[in-house]
Amino acid sequence: MADSTLLTNIWAAILAFAVFMYVVMDGFDLGIGVMFRVFPAGKQRDTAMNSIAPVWDGNETWLVLGGGGLLAAFPLAYAVIMSALYAPLIAMLLGLVFRGVAFEFRWRDPAHRAFWDLAFSGGSLVAAFTQGIMLGALLQGVQVEGRAYGGGWWDWLTPFSLLTGASVVAGYCLLGACWLNWKTEGETQAHARRLMRIFAPLTLAAIAAVSAATPFLGNEYFNRWFSMPRVLFTAQVPLVIAILTWRFARSLRRNYELAPFVLTLAVFGLSFVGLGISMYPYLVPNSITLQMAAAPASSQAFMLVGAAILVPLILAYTAWSYWVFRGKVAHEGYH
Amino acid sequence: MFHDADALLLARIQFGFTISFHFIFPAFSIGLASFLAVLEALWLKTGKPVYLDLYKYWLKIFAVVFAMGVVSGIVMSYQFGTNWAVFSDRAGPIIGPLMAYEVLTAFFLEAGFLGVMLFGMKKVGKRLHFFATLMVAVGTFISAFWILSVNSWMQTPAGYAINPQGQFVPADGWIPIIFNPSFPFRLVHTVTAAYLTTALAVGAVGAWHLLRPSSNEEGTHEHARKMFSMAMWMAALVAPVQVLVGDQHGLNTLEHQPAKVMAMEGHYQSHPEGAPLILFGIPDDDAQRMDHAIEIPRLGSLILKHDADAPLAGLDTIAPQDRPPVEVIFWTFRIMVGLGILMLGLGAWSLVARWRGKLYEWRWMKRFAVLMGPSGFIAVIAGWMTTEVGRQPFTVYGLMRTAESASPLAAPAVGASLVAFVIVYFAVFGMGSWYLLKLMSRAPQPHEPEPANAPSHAAGITPGAALSTAAPQGRHG
Repeated sequence: MADSTLLTNIWAAILAFAVFMYVVMDGFDLGIGVMFRVFPAGKQRDTAMNSIAPVWDGNETWLVLGGGGLLAAFPLAYAVIMSALYAPLIAMLLGLVFRGVAFEFRWRDPAHRAFWDLAFSGGSLVAAFTQGIMLGALLQGVQVEGRAYGGGWWDWLTPFSLLTGASVVAGYCLLGACWLNWKTEGETQAHARRLMRIFAPLTLAAIAAVSAATPFLGNEYFNRWFSMPRVLFTAQVPLVIAILTWRFARSLRRNYELAPFVLTLAVFGLSFVGLGISMYPYLVPNSITLQMAAAPASSQAFMLVGAAILVPLILAYTAWSYWVFRGKVAHEGYH
Repeated sequence: MFHDADALLLARIQFGFTISFHFIFPAFSIGLASFLAVLEALWLKTGKPVYLDLYKYWLKIFAVVFAMGVVSGIVMSYQFGTNWAVFSDRAGPIIGPLMAYEVLTAFFLEAGFLGVMLFGMKKVGKRLHFFATLMVAVGTFISAFWILSVNSWMQTPAGYAINPQGQFVPADGWIPIIFNPSFPFRLVHTVTAAYLTTALAVGAVGAWHLLRPSSNEEGTHEHARKMFSMAMWMAALVAPVQVLVGDQHGLNTLEHQPAKVMAMEGHYQSHPEGAPLILFGIPDDDAQRMDHAIEIPRLGSLILKHDADAPLAGLDTIAPQDRPPVEVIFWTFRIMVGLGILMLGLGAWSLVARWRGKLYEWRWMKRFAVLMGPSGFIAVIAGWMTTEVGRQPFTVYGLMRTAESASPLAAPAVGASLVAFVIVYFAVFGMGSWYLLKLMSRAPQPHEPEPANAPSHAAGITPGAALSTAAPQGRHG
């Protein structure tokens, strides 16, 4: 039994890693998409899109790993969560359809480029917003009956889930602006810096609001955050966020290019750890734990062999691909 | 708008619709990726510009096809949970790891090297770029391997036990699960179909341009000739192979899923003394009867049992609640086989033309090749429907019914999402197909531009320069 518990926890960690990779990597893609039409058509838009064109597909693949991995390692949770989040999930998938094809279609049809730019932007916004909604809907808990979802198909819609939806949009925009600050120059970079000044305070306010609301959702969150000895860790969180904010403001003042992106990643990482503290050991709050949802050890062990070899390999060639497209991007594509 | 009793039917329509749309794109990209790898290899080996031009021409088309495959594929990876939650819970411990391996070994490989393949010609050396193309091609094949293993396991489940929660779990390691009885046949049949589909599409584009006055300066149709010739070799060689593979796959199905073959053949009744081959007829599932049948006596037994007098059981030996719908797969099977015969004919015609030295001259053959351009896609979808509808009324054949597999969703939710998928898919993929046709309608040129985003060529980089920049000195300019 001890072995299977360990295996289950390892898989929870792998999936958490996949989701985090997705959130930060497709996060900056989607953020750029949301803000896309703020950039004037022509050079600036082309530059913004060229900065992510070679990597977006790989970034989105982490989402497929998140979904496929959940089905494989925790099939019960996959079944319950996907049914519970039916409407926002379908909306996200359709948003990603528009966003994904726009990468190719806008170049193929200059006469309708304005339409595909709108599809790119709208698709990104819908995907980002619904991802945030799903986070909130999961945190607030879903109704489970037996081995299935027992609620209605509008249960996900609450003020809290709308708040998390807006928060994720703000956070992705900040990531996207920081990415453009790093990867572009001239007018596009100046534009990205203005957007960072807007979305940094919005992201901070969103984190504060979600953090303040979460302990009062019930689901034992209050105890998990404020009981001893956890409070010794959680009490540091506001302090660390304050330090990161101060560093971020300084890097913005000094026109640093990479630092704001790294600092934003750190804030995302911290928020993600916070979500982990809220959830663990549940996958569906108060009803399904990791152990309850776990696939048999034989399934998890079979995949672990592959993941142990393949995930480092994937990280290596993904890093290589980013390395090939290193440096500043121009509106003319890479050269 | 919808009643609750319809939820199951709506969920089935939704899955059938989204997977049929999706399947078109990988069927094309599996073949195109290999075709591109061959073109780039030939260019590296011979140095002839025609191969590089064709590579860049088809790369632009590949990029559009691949993008549509990716976005429609992500939908599939979540459809299992949104609409088939009970199936996901119970079959997840078996099919989940196989799908996770598909993501880890195939999707990341394709996505990781696609950026370099599409945009990296000027960033990395020739050989490294070829390696990227090769990795994308290998990735598409690995992807087919895993997903067809999953599909085959649902058709011919093996190596499982059922735990107290009602879940299918591995009983005896993973080899019997992955290499379940129908998997090798389905894998070869499907991948061959993808190659054949691509050959017919490429051949049609080549034939189309050969039929028109040449648009390049020499007026030689050099590029169109090359791709038409390559495609016709492929059709002539692969179509007969596919007939043999299809026959073997059919015999495997007869062994493991006899009811499916009965429905494909339209055999409602058993034939104790040799079954006929029903060429055409109007199946009536309610009456369990074939009307207006045109049949050849004994040929059915001869094909399936290799003995004209062998008895052949019909659907009357299957419990009524376990019979697949003949009214669907009787037709889809005939569409697939009929198109296969036409493909065989095109391949043979091209061989005769080649033998006579008239491959580029015979206009009616070229017109037929244009007409056959979409036939691979239609055959692939028809074949897919035959095998999937033929699995009904089960999701896991003989073990888990479709009716007990669905999510506990209200019909309005499923209906609304179905409507959304239909509208978005027809709009988006309709536009995408239009762009593909536009790309194909333009003849490949000497110094074919790269697929890189359009402005790079408007901004003073001549396509001629792009040709030489695949050389190593193009690294990080």
